[in-house]
Amino acid sequence: MRPVLHRVVDRRRESDDVVTLALEPQGGRPWPFRAGQFHMLSAFGVGEAAISVSSPPGDAPVVEHTVRDVGPVTHAMCTAPPGTLVGVRGPFGTDWGIEGAAGDVVVAAGGIGLAPLRGAIHQLLASPRVERVFVVVGARSPAQVMFGEDLEVWATRGARVAVTVDVADRGWRGHVGLVTSLLGPLEYDPARTSALVCGPEIMMRFTARALLDRGVEPSRIRISLERNMQCGLGWCGHCQLGPLLLCRDGPVVTYDGAVPGLLLERER
Amino acid sequence: MGHDDVVVIDDVGLDGLIGALREAGFEPAGPVVRDGAIVPGAIRGVGDLPRGWHDRQAPGHYRLVHSDDRRYFAWAVGPASWKAAVFPPVQEVWRAWERDGALVVSEPPVAGAPMAVIGARPCELAALAVLDGVLGRPPVADPGYETRRERAFLVVVDCAEPGGSCFCTSMGTGPAAADGFDLALTELDDEAGHRFLVRAGTDRGARVLSALATRPATDAELGAREDLLERARAAMGRSLDTDDLPGLLARNLEHPRWDEVAARCLACGNCTSVCPTCFCSDVRDTTDVTGEVRRTRTWASCFDLDHSYLHGNAVRSSTRARYRQWMTHKLSTWWDQFGMSGCVGCGRCITWCPVGIDLTEEAAAIRASDGTFGPGSTAAGAPTGSARVAP
Repeated sequence: MRPVLHRVVDRRRESDDVVTLALEPQGGRPWPFRAGQFHMLSAFGVGEAAISVSSPPGDAPVVEHTVRDVGPVTHAMCTAPPGTLVGVRGPFGTDWGIEGAAGDVVVAAGGIGLAPLRGAIHQLLASPRVERVFVVVGARSPAQVMFGEDLEVWATRGARVAVTVDVADRGWRGHVGLVTSLLGPLEYDPARTSALVCGPEIMMRFTARALLDRGVEPSRIRISLERNMQCGLGWCGHCQLGPLLLCRDGPVVTYDGAVPGLLLERER
Repeated sequence: MGHDDVVVIDDVGLDGLIGALREAGFEPAGPVVRDGAIVPGAIRGVGDLPRGWHDRQAPGHYRLVHSDDRRYFAWAVGPASWKAAVFPPVQEVWRAWERDGALVVSEPPVAGAPMAVIGARPCELAALAVLDGVLGRPPVADPGYETRRERAFLVVVDCAEPGGSCFCTSMGTGPAAADGFDLALTELDDEAGHRFLVRAGTDRGARVLSALATRPATDAELGAREDLLERARAAMGRSLDTDDLPGLLARNLEHPRWDEVAARCLACGNCTSVCPTCFCSDVRDTTDVTGEVRRTRTWASCFDLDHSYLHGNAVRSSTRARYRQWMTHKLSTWWDQFGMSGCVGCGRCITWCPVGIDLTEEAAAIRASDGTFGPGSTAAGAPTGSARVAP
């Protein structure tokens, strides 16, 4: 449970309450990880939080995490200037299974849910077995749309990218509405489609339902779930979701099986 | 097992065993009477054991009674299990401080001498095996747990007097000690006198035993053990039908009984604090005035609202959701997570529940109207019948 010290080498603002931190291990290379896995990040003296890796796996000397300022630990992360030492444990959990991806892939993200998918999209676009990549992104407002440069890069590399916002502003010329409203017109072949979905649980539920209605196999829909995580090792018990320990059996799970009946609505 | 394997000692021999274990570098611990209950504590010899004490247990009820009984182990389990010996309630994970502009992170060594546990119950060894499945599971075993667990010397005693809340026979964990011990005792007291049958479960147990003055057990004594165990099986205060129990609960997540029990449950967490298998912990950081940061792991309860805290809200905000999480975890989803039952039938959660909620009764109530209220059911929410609460 001992964290590895990393130094913040870059801090990039993604939206009013989201930053991306580039972390460099002290005296070494980042530990290998797979897209979709998470780290436990420590702000020394404040606490620890589970944060997904947002950069693609590879040889980069830094590993990126995209953090929304929602509590004391994430606030300390979001305001940590370059040079700050933070603790990193992991990587933990399951990944998006990009190695097995083929055919069409629909990637649906809501809000900061795009962060754990960012590395996966990079990998999908480089995969010879993947034919078409559809990226649909929903944000609360235009100012909340993250990774603007990436969205453009992905489009130039062949991804069909669509963005929607819940509430537009004067300058917004794009789509307004829920992520699910972007799914209807997509010309994916359900029989050869897999999907990666990350966002609020209600968004994931409706997105999964729309995909299932078109005939996508439930076992080929992957969602990334979130619960209170305190150890990452399956010891602390906080991340239970019915039969799953999400730090071990998640965060990425397939949509079949027991999970649909156990999402937030059922647990209250 | 052949006769040669079972030997006999008296209480002087037991005292000698405790002394021999101390000589071998162990810290002897055993059941002691403290604050009106039989709980684990440090012992110097048999004089510290609860000779003559019995317990009376029922839902929400525990009382000690003393008699002139010569036996040391004529009681069921008290509120505290041996879990704390291998998984301390509060443990430091690391501390970090700044020195010359650099951050130093230091993990503490596993503290204390190895423990020799004298007089654990079979259900408590079963509970340790359950914890092994959670915290001692390679490749992500908790190193502190593993160290304390591996070096602890365990002397178990067959259970002769189960309590009113016990149901180890239902869970297959007692009253006889089957495995997981260094030495197993059976306490006999009859016309032939007060004595212990002893058998070794490990090589180190056999080595310790070989240094004591013993004699082989007689056929009559082995028969007396069988009689004692048979009486214990018949004296279980409770029973739990385990037939397809994981499936039963999994398909009844919206059963109205959860509302009914939630109306009685105080969400106090007593059941989780006495449970020998509850493993949840909080991981917390604190900072002192010098700036030193200390991370600790502390026992936690799924009945705490904060247990399921997720950016701003608790996932399981109702008592219904929290009781259901606790009970379905013990009896159902533990199987999915760790391939075994999370309940060993010790009955502590029943005895120490301040309102006497009995999980065997709750499971039976759900079984009585099984299958009516699955995950897809819309019948959730409406309590049926009157909740058993005082007017």
